[in-house]
Amino acid sequence: MSASMTDSSSGMESQLDYTSQYVSFWVDGQLLGMPVNMVQEVLSEQVISPTPLARAEITGLLNLRGQIVTAVSLRKRLGLPDLENGKSMNVVTRMGEESFSLLVDEVGDVINVSGRSMEPVPRTLDPHWRSVTVGVFQLDEGLFVILDVGTILNFD
Amino acid sequence: MDDILQEFLAESWENLGQLDSEIVELEKDPKNAELIASIFRTIHTIKGTCGFLGLTNLGAVAHSAENVLGKMREGILDVSPGAISLVLEAIDQIKDLLQGLEATGEEPKTDHSSLTLMLDELAEYATKAAAEAPAAAAPPENPVEQNPVEVAATDQQPEASGEEVQPLAEKAAEPVVPSSETGLTASAVAPEEEPASKSTKVSVADLSIRVNVHVVDSLMNMVGELVLTRNQLLQLARGDEESKYAAPIAHLNRVTTDLQEGVMKTRMQPIGNAWNKLPRLVRDLSQVTTKHIELVMTGAETELDRTVLDAIKDPLTHMVRNSADHGIELPEVRKAAGKSESGTIHLNAYHEGGHVIIEIQDDGAGIGRDRVLKKAIAQGLIKESDAANVTDSHIFSMIFQAGFSTAETVSSISGRGVGMDVVRTQIEKIGGTVDLSSKVGKGTMVRIKIPLTLAIVSALVLESGAQPFAIPQLGVVELVRLTTEDRKKIETIHNKEVFRLRDRLLPLVHLNEVLELEEKPLADDDVHDTNIVVVQVGEDQFGLIVSRIFDTEEIVVKPVGRLLKNIGLYQGTTILGDGSVVMILDVGGIFNKCGNSPHTQAMAEEAVTGPSSDTISMLLFGVGEGVVMAVPLSLVARLEEFPQESIELNGGRKVVQYRDNLLPLLSVEGAGYGNGESLDPQPVIVFSDNSRSMGLMVTEIKDIIDEQLVIRMQSDRPGILGTAIIGKNAVDVIDTQYYVTRSMPNWFEKVEDKRSMRVLVVDDSMFFRQLVATALETEGFTAVACDSCVSAVELLERDSKFHAVITDLDLPMMSGFEFCEWLKSQEVTKDIFTIALTSSNSPTDQSRANEVGFDEFLVKFNSHELITCLDGCFARMKHNAGVNV
Repeated sequence: MSASMTDSSSGMESQLDYTSQYVSFWVDGQLLGMPVNMVQEVLSEQVISPTPLARAEITGLLNLRGQIVTAVSLRKRLGLPDLENGKSMNVVTRMGEESFSLLVDEVGDVINVSGRSMEPVPRTLDPHWRSVTVGVFQLDEGLFVILDVGTILNFD
Repeated sequence: MDDILQEFLAESWENLGQLDSEIVELEKDPKNAELIASIFRTIHTIKGTCGFLGLTNLGAVAHSAENVLGKMREGILDVSPGAISLVLEAIDQIKDLLQGLEATGEEPKTDHSSLTLMLDELAEYATKAAAEAPAAAAPPENPVEQNPVEVAATDQQPEASGEEVQPLAEKAAEPVVPSSETGLTASAVAPEEEPASKSTKVSVADLSIRVNVHVVDSLMNMVGELVLTRNQLLQLARGDEESKYAAPIAHLNRVTTDLQEGVMKTRMQPIGNAWNKLPRLVRDLSQVTTKHIELVMTGAETELDRTVLDAIKDPLTHMVRNSADHGIELPEVRKAAGKSESGTIHLNAYHEGGHVIIEIQDDGAGIGRDRVLKKAIAQGLIKESDAANVTDSHIFSMIFQAGFSTAETVSSISGRGVGMDVVRTQIEKIGGTVDLSSKVGKGTMVRIKIPLTLAIVSALVLESGAQPFAIPQLGVVELVRLTTEDRKKIETIHNKEVFRLRDRLLPLVHLNEVLELEEKPLADDDVHDTNIVVVQVGEDQFGLIVSRIFDTEEIVVKPVGRLLKNIGLYQGTTILGDGSVVMILDVGGIFNKCGNSPHTQAMAEEAVTGPSSDTISMLLFGVGEGVVMAVPLSLVARLEEFPQESIELNGGRKVVQYRDNLLPLLSVEGAGYGNGESLDPQPVIVFSDNSRSMGLMVTEIKDIIDEQLVIRMQSDRPGILGTAIIGKNAVDVIDTQYYVTRSMPNWFEKVEDKRSMRVLVVDDSMFFRQLVATALETEGFTAVACDSCVSAVELLERDSKFHAVITDLDLPMMSGFEFCEWLKSQEVTKDIFTIALTSSNSPTDQSRANEVGFDEFLVKFNSHELITCLDGCFARMKHNAGVNV
């Protein structure tokens, strides 16, 4: 994962400045991100054991080196249907005592946004994203939507 | 922080905890010398160590408290509530100091002089009063005093026996015996004196060591991983018995199991440890609220895992507070309500099927269901439209919502609505559940259910809906496999499937339906077995239909994820030997979800009381080559197997020594199975009649079947009553009387007598007539059978010389009841002893039988009962000599 340097003058500093780094991933063509220090690891597609009678957003459980991780489909959580071919990648995050894996279409790079400021969610953005978003960054490549992981994993 | 200081703190906390309860107990039992001595010892120990560590502030407080305790011990100071409160205050201040010490590493420089002053004054006063008393009893020589060691910390000076303890600060400061190095790390300290009577506490202290909790925890984790790895190895080795790994793996298996059990034990502690602060708490609360509250604790020895214990300490405290504050009413209020002035809070703990149940019950004011409902609706937690359907338990569960409090006044203790949701969260964190039930005016009960161990359990792995699941072995009673044949045994009652398992009716549940999973469609639906897992939930049993049953495995239980908890059907998750993640099912949850109606339970009750509609248990056995025969199970005394060498020949007959008697053995005639081939061991069906027994040699015991028996073909073969369809086969039913008479020609010795008694048997089932008649004749009575009451009436009109009539009740045309009425109405038959012999045990039938005049009411079919009844009748008959027979 290479950090994309957007501000050359800060050099090494911004490399080490974790507070401006976000892991990025795609869901339904939209680039999303979450702070790097919240991400435990990212994985390719994993075997997921289904959990009957769980809510639709919960795809199931996966075994991560002996630890049981709850897999949450970000698509479903955002009100989108799952992909036809069902392939997804995993962004594993820890919340409290438990680990969760957010299922995303594809994981991207770690993006460094130092020097930029987070802006509120624009009205043009799909209402799906609104409730689970902290803010956005305007990147050259497009809109980088930063997720509110706490809300995402709090179904009540 | 210093190791020694840490040790001191750990020990002191432990001691103080114990002190709290002991002091409260002392208040209730002020004359208890043993208690006083123990409390004294503890404070003395604390004081001593404080001195050694240079903790002068602590030392001073402890010293003053010890003084007062000393006076109590000598008997010159009364154990009054005032004195106790002072002592407790001292304990509290010591605790404060310890906390400060723990936080900063230094003793807080707070001023405790006002307390020490009061304590000292109290002691002084006592001494003075004692001195003035003329007959001053010498301070009782307390033998317990001679034991210098109670527990851990170094003891300063061996106590001079009987002397008044002079806690001298100087002494305390003296450097102490080298044993202090070891003293603080191990609980065993050699007492400096050899006391005559060693208190038992010394020996217990010798056997324990103090270990950091984290060490044990990491041990647990490692053992967990070891178990998983062992499972994988077992699985790999499974296919290959011959491999050189098989033996070491088997050994590893044994050792791992033992290790696992051992480590789990280290973490188990009695729940009493979490309760030890509560007596003090309740006492304090009583004083503050001016209520009379008694705390009863049962099941304190119930053991729990340590982490669980820690997690419930706070919730328990909170709930006891609630009960004291809002539950128990003021004495006047209670009196006005007709209750005892003193309210009780009852804590109860026990194990139940893999869980620990903790109940906190009070007999206070209770919580109004309607009030809670109103509030819940007001807060939007329950929709007004649902209000009619919502269950009580759901309403009460609202109390656990954040911000919900129906307390009318907020006190400093509770009522802000902050507590209960935290309680629930904490308990759910360890995988438990909490429920509340209450009745206005009667009281409230909170019930906490926690899994017994978060660690490793035995579980049955099965498949349903094409997915694997696990069920803890604890809840599984047995496994039943039904072939396609047997599947017909599944009956439907009130739209629910049930299965007759021996004498019970088992409600059946398709697991895949509960889980809303599609079952794999099978190639040929007819040809597959049905697997039923019989599980137990409390008092109830039911059967889970699953598609496949695999193995029992040791699994590491991991808690259910937060997002899955609300489903209620899972009690954990685990990883199998092959790495797959599997849900562990909660049978209790499944039971609840199926909405088990009282119907099915009532039906299960019914089934137990007796067979319905003329079915009878038949024992099937094999004779010779492929011949199957049957005999009513009620006639069978026992099934035995004798080694050939025990079978002897006696006068041309085979006999075997059996229960201090010789048992004659016969083989089934005409089955091409005479004395030729003998099996070893020889299966034998034993028929008994009080003291006389006879054994029928057979090839094989096959089965026991409940069947509505109809003999289709009478037989003129000796020893065979007839042929019946049992299962799907035509089976010969043997005539036991035939064999019985053949085994012992003199069996009927006393028969002559009984032959004079004539018994009429009425039943529309030919088989039953045969059965009963056989039983009677075997016993020596004379039996005549009729197939209906109408023909019986006809018979009796011609020949009324019968002594007893046995009849079924449920008969066509004329019922047994009507028959009896008729009998009682006729001059010649009214004295006949009437017995109702029926399949139904219903009370209505019984009372009706009583009404119409039946002398006896028996349920089919216990030959013993019947014979006893008739014997009685016969005895009476003989007694009334002169009756014309």
